[in-house]
Amino acid sequence: MGKVTGFLEIKRKGPPRRPVEERIRDWKEVYLPFPEPEMQKQGARCMDCGIPFCHQGCPLGNIVPDWNDLVYRDQWRDAIDRLHATNNFPEWTGRLCPAPCEGACVLGINDDPVTIKQIEQSIIEHAFEAGWVEATPPAVRTGKRVAIIGSGPAGLAAAAQLNAAGHWVTVFERDDRIGGLLRYGIPEFKMEKRFLDRRLQIMEKEGIAFRTNAHVGVSVPVDELRSEFGAIVLAGGACWPRDLQVPGRELRGIHFAMEYLTLQNKRCEGDSVPDDTFITAHGKRVVIIGGGDTGADCLGTVHRQGAHSVHQFELLPRPPDERARDNPWPQWPNIFRVSSAHEEGGARVYSVSTQRFTGDAEGRVEQLHAAQVEMVHKAGRLDFTPIPGSEFTLDVDLVLLAMGFLGPERPGMLTDLGVKLTERGNVWRDLNWMTSVPGVFACGDMQRGQSLIVWAIAEGRSAARGVDQYLMGVSELPAPLP
Amino acid sequence: MTHEPGGPQAQGLYDPRHEHDACGVGFVVNIKGTRSHTIVRQALQVLINLLHRGACGCEVNTGDGAGILIQMPDKFLRKHTAQFGIDLPAPKEYGAGMVFLPRDPFQRETIQTLFEKVVLEEGQRVLGWRDVPADDRLLGATAVAVKPVFRQIFIGGEPGVGAGVAAHARFERKLYVIRKRVEIAVDALELPERKFFYIPSLSSNTLIYKGMLIADQITTMYPDLLDPDLESALALVHQRFSTNTFPSWPLAHPYRYIAHNGEINTLRGNINWMHAREALCQSDLLGDDLKKIFPVIREGGSDTATFDNVLEFLVMTGRSLPHAILMMIPEPWSGHESMSAERKAFYEYHGSLMEPWDGPASIAFTDGTVIGAVLDRNGLRPSRYYVTKDDLVIMASEVGVLDVPPENILLKERLHPGRIFLVDTAQGRIIDDEEIKHTFATEHPYGEWLKQNLVSIEDLPPAPYIPEPDHETVVQRQQAFGYTHEDLRILLAPMAQNGEEPVGSMGTDTALAVLSDRPRMLYDYFKQLFAQVTNPPLDAIREELVTSMESTIGPERNLLRPEPGSCRQIKIKYPIIDNHELAKLKHVSLEGFRSVTLPMLFDPAEGGAGLEREMEELQHRASQAIADGYNILILSDRGVNVGRAPIPSLLATAGVHHHLVREGSRTKCALVIESGDAREVHHVALLIGYGAGAVNPYLAFETLDDMIRTGLLPGQDHTKAVRNYIKALNKGILKVMSKMGISTLQSYCGAQIFEAVGLNRDVIDRYFTWTASRISGVGIDVIAEEARRRHERAFPERPVLEPDLEWGGEYQWRRDGEYHLFNPDTVFKLQHATRSGQYRIFKEYTKLVDDQNRRLCTLRGLFELKAAGPPVPSEEVEPVAAILKRFATGAMSYGSISQEAHETLAIAMNRIGGRSNTGEGGEDPARYPRDPNGDWRRSAVKQVASARFGVTSEYLVNADDLQIKMAQGAKPGEGGQLPGHKV
Repeated sequence: MGKVTGFLEIKRKGPPRRPVEERIRDWKEVYLPFPEPEMQKQGARCMDCGIPFCHQGCPLGNIVPDWNDLVYRDQWRDAIDRLHATNNFPEWTGRLCPAPCEGACVLGINDDPVTIKQIEQSIIEHAFEAGWVEATPPAVRTGKRVAIIGSGPAGLAAAAQLNAAGHWVTVFERDDRIGGLLRYGIPEFKMEKRFLDRRLQIMEKEGIAFRTNAHVGVSVPVDELRSEFGAIVLAGGACWPRDLQVPGRELRGIHFAMEYLTLQNKRCEGDSVPDDTFITAHGKRVVIIGGGDTGADCLGTVHRQGAHSVHQFELLPRPPDERARDNPWPQWPNIFRVSSAHEEGGARVYSVSTQRFTGDAEGRVEQLHAAQVEMVHKAGRLDFTPIPGSEFTLDVDLVLLAMGFLGPERPGMLTDLGVKLTERGNVWRDLNWMTSVPGVFACGDMQRGQSLIVWAIAEGRSAARGVDQYLMGVSELPAPLP
Repeated sequence: MTHEPGGPQAQGLYDPRHEHDACGVGFVVNIKGTRSHTIVRQALQVLINLLHRGACGCEVNTGDGAGILIQMPDKFLRKHTAQFGIDLPAPKEYGAGMVFLPRDPFQRETIQTLFEKVVLEEGQRVLGWRDVPADDRLLGATAVAVKPVFRQIFIGGEPGVGAGVAAHARFERKLYVIRKRVEIAVDALELPERKFFYIPSLSSNTLIYKGMLIADQITTMYPDLLDPDLESALALVHQRFSTNTFPSWPLAHPYRYIAHNGEINTLRGNINWMHAREALCQSDLLGDDLKKIFPVIREGGSDTATFDNVLEFLVMTGRSLPHAILMMIPEPWSGHESMSAERKAFYEYHGSLMEPWDGPASIAFTDGTVIGAVLDRNGLRPSRYYVTKDDLVIMASEVGVLDVPPENILLKERLHPGRIFLVDTAQGRIIDDEEIKHTFATEHPYGEWLKQNLVSIEDLPPAPYIPEPDHETVVQRQQAFGYTHEDLRILLAPMAQNGEEPVGSMGTDTALAVLSDRPRMLYDYFKQLFAQVTNPPLDAIREELVTSMESTIGPERNLLRPEPGSCRQIKIKYPIIDNHELAKLKHVSLEGFRSVTLPMLFDPAEGGAGLEREMEELQHRASQAIADGYNILILSDRGVNVGRAPIPSLLATAGVHHHLVREGSRTKCALVIESGDAREVHHVALLIGYGAGAVNPYLAFETLDDMIRTGLLPGQDHTKAVRNYIKALNKGILKVMSKMGISTLQSYCGAQIFEAVGLNRDVIDRYFTWTASRISGVGIDVIAEEARRRHERAFPERPVLEPDLEWGGEYQWRRDGEYHLFNPDTVFKLQHATRSGQYRIFKEYTKLVDDQNRRLCTLRGLFELKAAGPPVPSEEVEPVAAILKRFATGAMSYGSISQEAHETLAIAMNRIGGRSNTGEGGEDPARYPRDPNGDWRRSAVKQVASARFGVTSEYLVNADDLQIKMAQGAKPGEGGQLPGHKV
């Protein structure tokens, strides 16, 4: 345990964000560096609970108290070993994870939780700086080959684990760069892509092969994979966006969030994207439909592109400032949060439902018609009823749909493979993470449905064990999920 | 319930070996040795006045046992044997014995015939049998049901042997040999009523009347005792109170030489060592007869019976009674500043011969001429005596046992711890403790003998080579020995930093080793026993003077002959030795010492069969080494590699120890354990408890070294860390011992004060002989498999990821660690239910807890309720309110559970009519009056703990019940402690 009375003496403190005026003019990360001595003090706040709920709350099962203590005691080397034991990519989760661990932190019952996520990031950055994160290729190769389809966090975690177990791993990515949503979904200001590349270089050195522009089921036939690889891991994500089926949806200027974000991310990568294919918010009146993380990603991007105005719509009512009665600790706290993008501006509109769009003669969206709704619980599900007389209209030039994802894309690979799907449309898997097709495994959003990066990594790690077991009969790989 | 004459058989979870007792004891003696019937009458009065000490079973007229020992009442016997046609020789030239016999005439006859045959074979004469009048009318049904037939046998000496002290002693020894032979022979008979047979005494000096009686029944039962011709100058009486014993006729005191109030806690070890010593025994006095009396200890006796067996053996082989007593219950000497050098030498020398028989005890002893009493080294049992002006001494476990006019009292005294009180009726005086001990201490030049022979480990020449830690492979070896991150973080680090075992909050909610899904250390299958109420633990900190961690290792010699070479041993201050000390032992080249290292490794691929074979091999090699003249056997698990896994040190230690005990060669060597798996106090306590003389936990040292190297032990260097760690282990062992009321390491060694939970009969009998294991459990296969899994982790066929230790999760919940009853799911449900007041959630919580039964986490979870036929109408059973009265909460203080929880418990108990408990530390007086809403935050049960914190008169009067905590040690481990950091 760090400091016995640490939680009584020290208040929670995180790194400051850069001033809004400054940061919206570039694409760099929002947060300023946090001095290590300060971080160590934050580590001292950990109470080293007999039952650490943070460790339970983390899908990866990060041994949070151990490394909190090690950071407090300046034992960074051991801290990164503890951290890497459960998490392949702490530099990503340390930036992108919404930190269910902090929601579960026992200190959070009557105080602010420990800054677990920030400590995680400090540990890995310290380790990179010290040169401790090096390629460690496996000592023994099994000669087995594994194909991983999809290079998001789930696929990469599976790749890292299977490679460590001695298998030859090839990662297939249909895009031109490796990373999946990490690459083109996450805006640069949330995670600079150099942190992605830094890790990928190490993985390459460890012997993992990456094949980009390799769209399985399109440019790479499924049969080819089946014959060349002993096992296939489907980690293609849940890329099928939820659409807004209202009149006027077909008008120009209405885009899915991912289309929008990807283009900006490509430009950030230095690619030249011609203006006629680029979607920009510059000088526009923008409405983002969807109040979640993707919506916030759009929001931050919109700010940086220099929009005229922006509204973010959310169907649900504004969450309370503190936990509601039916949302007890250690559950994920459903509370009103202000992300960096929200801090940068824009109007957050709650309990609102878009009814239709109208456009101009050339088919460009011109107005959005919406109504306030009342949320009612009906037979176990939520129902949203428009409030009569609350209708309103908003002039818009750009509408971004960030309403979540329905599941994996079905045509192509999944159909060709003939894997069974669940009722919700995700890929079905058995207890060993194998789909209905022998030798084909699934993990990440593709089998789970849209979720957090930390779940994706946990899934990739767990599926890797299933694959290893399938190939070798036994496996020593850890599996955070059953 | 049926009762058996010799006490009940072991069955199910019951084992008669777990029985204990605590008693009243006293004697009356005329210092000048003047015989009279008055002495007997007075002693019987003492017995009756001790009645309250005794207990009875469910029947008020069945007692636990009472008895009296007197000098041979020659006048009385002469009168009463004549009618049987027995012509008694002169006093001292005949022996008489009380004999308990079967009720079936045929079986009785068989034993009597056998008895007579043995007497003849030993060259003595059977003078005849006398039926002892016995009137059982006042006895309870239970006592009557198992009552034997009572006869006295009379034996005459060899014709023409003559009188004189030597001849008399020789005759007494013959009677001893006869009794032992008959006991052994009858034990071998296949008689259904064999268990009725018992010989309370067979001597030319003393006679015993005893039985399953209450003090005031004894004279009715044995009318002999009221005969005015029954005369004695001394009489020793005893009233037994068995805490949970099945009373039986033979278990009553006095035994042949002693009556005892207390418990011998180290009994099992003492028995094993005694068995082992027999092989080395040779006696000029007994000569070839010696072999006839083995085993010295009759199996199945109580602690007192066993003590008596050994005491008798020492006396019969030439030591005087007080001398033998001092050997078995030495006073604490090592820390004694003012004790004379000779006396210290006497004790130190005898320590090389025999370990103390430790435990709370007040022992009264007599051979018919001298009579005396001694207390254990702590004085945990009181004894008081009066000396009157008319030469009477009355000694008893309490005052006021006999009315003596005050003007007649010369002296009132109490027995002091470790002091001996002795009346010699032949010399006609009380012999002073100082005088007795001086006499014995100067009998031989013990100091000189020690100087020439006993070597301190510090004085051994330094070893040429000490194994170096190897950082490259340390993780691999930690894995092979089952180390976890938790071991390092929670156990080793604090021990190395502070020199103390870490203190945590009490309670463990993890799965028992046998029910765990994970490979567990063999150590985890054992639980330490601790002292219970009748048997107080020690406070090892405040009573440091009586404790001793010092011991000697090395070969023993003939127990029966005092000779200089018997103390040719190596003295070690503490049982945990560092690498230098171990190396000294490994390379020892002094005359009289030869050491050999025996590997404790096996091929994990061969499973249980391989382990079993390797254990046989190890046992065989140990025997061979002893036969070849080696006397320091070092069992070592160094050398683990891809094909060799460590045999659990505990299995190897206990297995070799018991093998050598059985073989009779155990005392010819010392067992030193070079162990990779031992790292906690519990581990080393087990190793010592199963016979290790010294333990070198080398991998723990190496781990500390590695932790220093990686910066996990800031401010420590190797020497300091190892010193602190050893200190912590030693302190821990002392604590473990003291919780069982044991004060010296020497008597803890091999005492196996443990209970196994989850090991099967076969493993216990082969390797952990005599250890209780009530629920049986896993066998050697599982032990081997658990070792294999650890080994596999260290030496995987296909290395996957960086080698790393497991988390552990024994102390703190970890997702892939040990299962805990309290885990995030249960805690969440309970918290949520309580905070939101939702009964539905609470039921979800209770369901989770109930379902844990399926996880096989606890033994209680394995019980099933069997329907017992049609239910009884609820009107016929107790109403709910009456049952609720019996509800009581545990003695938990504010400090442990918070004010809110404490008051809630009190309110709840008061509402339902149950009782809550204050725990230690008092209670806020604001809680005494009722709250305006009628609730009551007052605890009905007020605890009074040893330190009496918060105990005021107001506190006491606001109680329905007072709970008096006898000793903190009544709790296992550290007992109730408030870790400083919680304040």
